[in-house]
Amino acid sequence: MELCPSIKNILLLDSEGNRVAVKYYSDDWQTNSAKEAFERAVFTKTQKTNARTEAEITMFDNYIVVYKFVQDLHFFVTGGENENEIILATVLQGFFDAVGLLLRGNEDKKEALENLDLILLCLDEIVDGGVILETDANVIAGKVDSHSMDAGAPLSEQTITQALATAREHLTRSLLQ
Amino acid sequence: MAQPLVKKDDDRDDEADYSPFLGIEKGAVLQEARVFNDPQLDPRRCSQVITKLLYLLNQGETFTKVEATEVFFAVTKLFQSKDIGLRRMVYVMIKELSPSADEVIIVTSSLMKDMTSKTDMYRANAIRVLCRITDGTLLTQIERYLKQAIVDKNPVVASAALVSGIHLLQTNPEIVKRWSNEVQEAVQSRAALVQFHALALLHQIRQNDRLAVNKLVSSLTKGSVRSPLAQCLLIRYTSQVIRESANTQAGDRPFYDFLEGCLRHKAEMVIFEAARAITELNGVTTRELTPAITVLQLFLSSSKPVLRFAAVRTLNKVAMTHPMAVTNCNIDMESLISDQNRSIATLAITTLLKTGNESSVDRLMKQITNFMSDIADEFKIVVVEAIRSLCLKFPLKHRSLMNFLSNILREEGGFDYKKAIVDSIVILIRDIPEAKETGLLHLCEFIEDCEFTYLSTQILHFLGIEGPKTSDPSKYIRYIYNRVHLENATVRAAAVSTLAKFGAMVDTLKPRIFVLLRRCLFDNDDEVRDRATLYLNTLGGDGAVVQTGEDVKEFLFGSLDIPLVNLENSLKNYEPSEESFDIYSVPREVKTQPLAEKKAPGKKPTGLGAPPAGPPSTVDAYEKLLSSIPEFANFGKLFKSSAPVELTEAETEYAVNVVKHIFDGHVVFQYNCTNTIPEQLLENVTVIVDASEAEEFAEVASKPLRSLPYDSPGQTFVAFEKPEGIPAVGKFSNMLRFIVKEVDPSTGEAEDDGVEDEYQLEELEVVAADYILKVGVSNFRNAWESMGADCERIDEYGLGPRESLAEAVNAVIDLLGMQPCEGTEVVPNNSRSHTCLLSGVYIGNVKVLVRLQFGLDGPKDVAMKLAVRSEDEAVSDAIHEIVASG
Repeated sequence: MELCPSIKNILLLDSEGNRVAVKYYSDDWQTNSAKEAFERAVFTKTQKTNARTEAEITMFDNYIVVYKFVQDLHFFVTGGENENEIILATVLQGFFDAVGLLLRGNEDKKEALENLDLILLCLDEIVDGGVILETDANVIAGKVDSHSMDAGAPLSEQTITQALATAREHLTRSLLQ
Repeated sequence: MAQPLVKKDDDRDDEADYSPFLGIEKGAVLQEARVFNDPQLDPRRCSQVITKLLYLLNQGETFTKVEATEVFFAVTKLFQSKDIGLRRMVYVMIKELSPSADEVIIVTSSLMKDMTSKTDMYRANAIRVLCRITDGTLLTQIERYLKQAIVDKNPVVASAALVSGIHLLQTNPEIVKRWSNEVQEAVQSRAALVQFHALALLHQIRQNDRLAVNKLVSSLTKGSVRSPLAQCLLIRYTSQVIRESANTQAGDRPFYDFLEGCLRHKAEMVIFEAARAITELNGVTTRELTPAITVLQLFLSSSKPVLRFAAVRTLNKVAMTHPMAVTNCNIDMESLISDQNRSIATLAITTLLKTGNESSVDRLMKQITNFMSDIADEFKIVVVEAIRSLCLKFPLKHRSLMNFLSNILREEGGFDYKKAIVDSIVILIRDIPEAKETGLLHLCEFIEDCEFTYLSTQILHFLGIEGPKTSDPSKYIRYIYNRVHLENATVRAAAVSTLAKFGAMVDTLKPRIFVLLRRCLFDNDDEVRDRATLYLNTLGGDGAVVQTGEDVKEFLFGSLDIPLVNLENSLKNYEPSEESFDIYSVPREVKTQPLAEKKAPGKKPTGLGAPPAGPPSTVDAYEKLLSSIPEFANFGKLFKSSAPVELTEAETEYAVNVVKHIFDGHVVFQYNCTNTIPEQLLENVTVIVDASEAEEFAEVASKPLRSLPYDSPGQTFVAFEKPEGIPAVGKFSNMLRFIVKEVDPSTGEAEDDGVEDEYQLEELEVVAADYILKVGVSNFRNAWESMGADCERIDEYGLGPRESLAEAVNAVIDLLGMQPCEGTEVVPNNSRSHTCLLSGVYIGNVKVLVRLQFGLDGPKDVAMKLAVRSEDEAVSDAIHEIVASG
């Protein structure tokens, strides 16, 4: 198992270090207070840095943390100390860009909370139990933002808008490929 | 009063961001979850409620068992809706709730329906959910679908099945292993991530089969792997194969070309993974390193902090083993000192300190001084340690490096940082004689203004040892005596001891020290007064310039020749009674653990702390164990316990080793037995010992082991009487006897009837070395001289042809079972002669010292001169006897 790149956690905090959405994939933090302590430590260590143009990186407590900020949102991805830093940065970039796409460029805390369902689905599509599922932001966002009817549902049940949404999804899919 | 309160509220309203979850409360949300039961579902509203539930969980809220069950059942109703968005939320919710086994059954059919749905999104997610919550029994039912999913033409579905396989392999390996044909097919997939997941799973399935991994790597390194992540995996597997085949291959390293080729890959993560893999190869050559260093050097000037960090961190590691290979990057590295990211800057500096040459030291120090002020303590400690190693490497530069250390010592900093600096100065003082006097003065200045009691006392202690040996000890007195005025009681007491040490060691200073010590008699702290009184009375001479007696020095400042762990244990065991505590009853033996010592990474400088404590002693554990057995309770004090001697070959049915416990008039053999057969239970286990070749021994007691289940070690004991105080030797043959019962492996229960059986063990010997304790002395020459030649016995022996001088030395050390002193057990290569010093304590508490002089006589023959000094002639003779008969 240890040979496979693995993600310890993905954090999305606000500009005061509070949780917007977090997902832990490792048993290193058993309790909620341990998790909060880690988040606080990461936040205080990174808050003064400028991680707005390029992803930044730091190392502490034998973890590697890569991070990037936009407005009042702070994105973090944590890996073990022997992890390939660039793989972690790729996951971070995928998460960051996917959230940007899903919030249609209005990346701030308010928008993120209003679309929390999308953010949670986004986390669910990036990493599964520590294993990287997908790193391409367009694919991640595409998988999350597919509000359409079940293809198996009879057409008569679909409204015009839903039909349009389905059509649009098919179109974007074919464009992405 | 009211107004400010209102105002405060206003303020908060203005400042607080609007949040859709403002004032959210668990009870209310759980109520809202009732909409899941509506006959006419509103997907949008249901999604919102699930989001609220997930928000609560995400904020650290927990649901009680009842609440979780209720929510779970309500959520399962939502499978009726055909809304994809809602279904996605349902999947996430089920995973978060991690339902129990009987709840899982409720959703199984819905999930299995989704798993075979035509909608890709349903199939992929249903697989992930089902595999997350399922147990082994359900897995066999859905196995068929999972195998199909692995080769599904939709990459999302295939990935979902493969990743689930990776997780399931931990819990149900035998099932997942059956999928390897499908997984192998998926490795050839055109979709990048499917390939990555398939490769990860395939390797995990085969990881215990070295040949299969070898084959996998050699076939894939030839072909083209599309996904950068899969390529990284392949690089990791390749380096594993290289590591494992390193011993068998000579000449060109296999697969090196593949790694080198990856340095030209288009993805940065692959380039870096390959470069890192090359730098970590065992015994990597400069030629192999060069291309990897070149790409890392390019990364150093990247605009991306992550790349710079990755590169400098790797180069930093390389610099430890191959400093020369990294010097090419020094210019790039120097520009990183001003990097915005302080982690990168610190790594750059410490790398430079490792690779720098003597001429660049001064320039480097100038750059670092500016840098130190704006980094955190944790980084500063790293830098301090790097400077210490640099100074040890270039002792000529000690002046500027020591100056640097003393400057930063004066600046603000926490305890750990200050301790790191002080430790470094102490190590430099010890190892570089020229740096001693300046270093001591820096420390003196530091304690003038030191807020840490621990550091002050440690420095005072160190001054007491080193100060008197300097050219002008008197100049330190002022600093020390100032402490007596200005500090807390702990530091004052330490200062008094230090003063006394100066008085004892430097006779000319004695009268003046006495004046100072007398003033300390009026201190308001007991400990300080007690110490001053003790020193004034024992140093003697009433303050005149006279020499202090050796015995007084030994009494006051001599080292305690008893391991502290042993003393601590004896004191804990001592029960207050008429009889006072006898310090000589404390066992002196330090259990040597050669294996553990070998593992310890090199010699680590320990700085101020006491010399490294001896390895933890198992003597006490044995002592406790034996004294708890009534049969052996009256044998008296345990003299020595041997290291375990194996009586069986490795990997036999029963593993037995024996520990010999030597008492004054008895010997106890402790047989440690392990049953390695799961289908057997052994009962009434004893060892039948035949002592016919050990005439002086007579069996007195035996303690059988009642039951020995599979894989849980147990002990049985046999005790012998022997002539008191005499080092009797002999050979014992052993037979394990027991009643064996069959155990049903499925239930773990043993049958009622057993069969008596025996098992032959190897022979065991009690040898003379068992009667000698390994006890070292710190100064062999002193000990040798003070022992005197009264009971000296000298003789010469021919040891016959030997493989090497070192082999002969080790053989004699093993034979005598004594402690080599002053590192004399190491024989330099190609030397023709060698002197080895040994020390020990013979049974009856007799100190023994041995001087062995070896010489090569002809090409292979080794001759040895053995000189023994002890407190008893008979013992000296006995040592010769051991060698003569060995």
